Amino acid sequence: MSPTVEATTVTVRKTALNPVHRQMGAKMVDFNGWDMPVEYPATGGLLAEHMAVRTGVGIFDVSHMGDILVSGPEALAAVQHISMNDAARLGVGQAQYSAMLYPEGTFVDDIVVHRLGENEYLIVINAGTREKDFHWVRDNTREFDCTVRNASDDFTQIAIQGPKGAETLQKLTEVDLPPIKFYWLKRGAVCGLRDIIMARTGYTGEDGFEIYVPSDPETSAMVWDKVLRAGKAFGLLPCGLGARNTLRLEAKLPLYGHEISDSITVWEAGLDRFCKMEKQEFVGQSALQNQKREGVGRVLVGLEMIERGIARDGYKLLSEAGKEIGYVTSGSYAPFLKKNIALGYAPPQFSALDTTVAVEVRGQAVKAKIVPTPFYKRPKKT
Amino acid sequence: MAYPKNYKYTKEHEWISVDGQSGTVGITDYAQQSLGDIVFVELPKPGAEVNAGKTFGTVESVKAVSDLYSPVSGTVTEVNQELSTDPEKINSDAHAAWMIKLRIKNPEELKKLLSAEDYETFVKEEEAAH
Repeated sequence: MSPTVEATTVTVRKTALNPVHRQMGAKMVDFNGWDMPVEYPATGGLLAEHMAVRTGVGIFDVSHMGDILVSGPEALAAVQHISMNDAARLGVGQAQYSAMLYPEGTFVDDIVVHRLGENEYLIVINAGTREKDFHWVRDNTREFDCTVRNASDDFTQIAIQGPKGAETLQKLTEVDLPPIKFYWLKRGAVCGLRDIIMARTGYTGEDGFEIYVPSDPETSAMVWDKVLRAGKAFGLLPCGLGARNTLRLEAKLPLYGHEISDSITVWEAGLDRFCKMEKQEFVGQSALQNQKREGVGRVLVGLEMIERGIARDGYKLLSEAGKEIGYVTSGSYAPFLKKNIALGYAPPQFSALDTTVAVEVRGQAVKAKIVPTPFYKRPKKT
Repeated sequence: MAYPKNYKYTKEHEWISVDGQSGTVGITDYAQQSLGDIVFVELPKPGAEVNAGKTFGTVESVKAVSDLYSPVSGTVTEVNQELSTDPEKINSDAHAAWMIKLRIKNPEELKKLLSAEDYETFVKEEEAAH
């Protein structure tokens, strides 16, 4: 007998676009076991990439994200059971932000549920939780008449993000994109490929699309290259995970393992509006009911540094008097806002706007204040 | 980027240029490249004592926090204040964007540092390892 070898073998996973990133001189990092580009120094680097997405357009290889297909007569009932948002409200071609919860009301993962057809749902999940999520979905949908398939390796997922994202993609498809509303999708030909999902979704706080193309390296590289060319006139830059993180932080979009995790509840994370308690039963619901009655001991707050210093993930949050009150979940210099910002957990009595707190940076208490979130909200279209 | 021949270098990627008893310290072009966009620098105050091989400050890019190590021991005489508001100057010209000036305590310590040529070889090895 031997212990499970799989669990201990470290294999670095690569997306189909890996050689393309390397060829473009990307700085590569290990992200949850994936060899991914963190930035492309040759075309300007992280700050330039962040600004391109806020003011023009950027593209990201997000093929490391996982995909689960749920289909069959009871697909809706199954999706309702495993997710906290109300999937019954989805029209065909509509998507919603949601989350899968443990019975304790904490997070398995946050997800985007896409209704592809009458009885077909695509659930997009995080890279670091791919296997865990798939097993969890499979195990929790056994009593429903539906098929659950791990489609993670089927797609190269490319995010085309920014105010010029739609115009960029429009050059590569006949499908009329402007009528597609935010969090809706259409299928159609892209770069000569048939039946490609184009979803008006993203993780940057900007408008944009995420497209799902066949994952073979040739097709993936062909599409990547065509998007690069199509966006050239708009100053398109290839963007890495570094910019993806600063963009999502400015927009206060949660990251698994940081703002949400298996020990943080929906109420603590402040994701109430994506949790529909009145819908039919779902995993985690009864625990959430109890927690709602009892109230929460900590809440997610937005911080802006007053004094010089950058709050980083895991740093301690202190009261003005110097007592430890919580911790930072994500912190960074915010490239568009040009401020040092952070998200963190603190007791509700410290969550009022303008409350002065401190972040412990290398042993020093550095002053910060509670500010409204999201830190960044994209301008409304006129 | 050429590494100035009249500078000395550490394996932690700092440079020092020496003028008599005075030394000027910064980080190398290789260091700024590996860090990426630099957004924050924390430096000691004039009068502070620094020790060879020990940290004297911090430099932060968007993604990473790195300690700064002093090439030699000494007393800080001047700090480049410009970097607190314009840290990106380190990215644009690392070998000109100095961080601190110090009065060198023990010139013998300079002998342990790398020449431009040795440093370049060292950096190539580091790059090859990645």
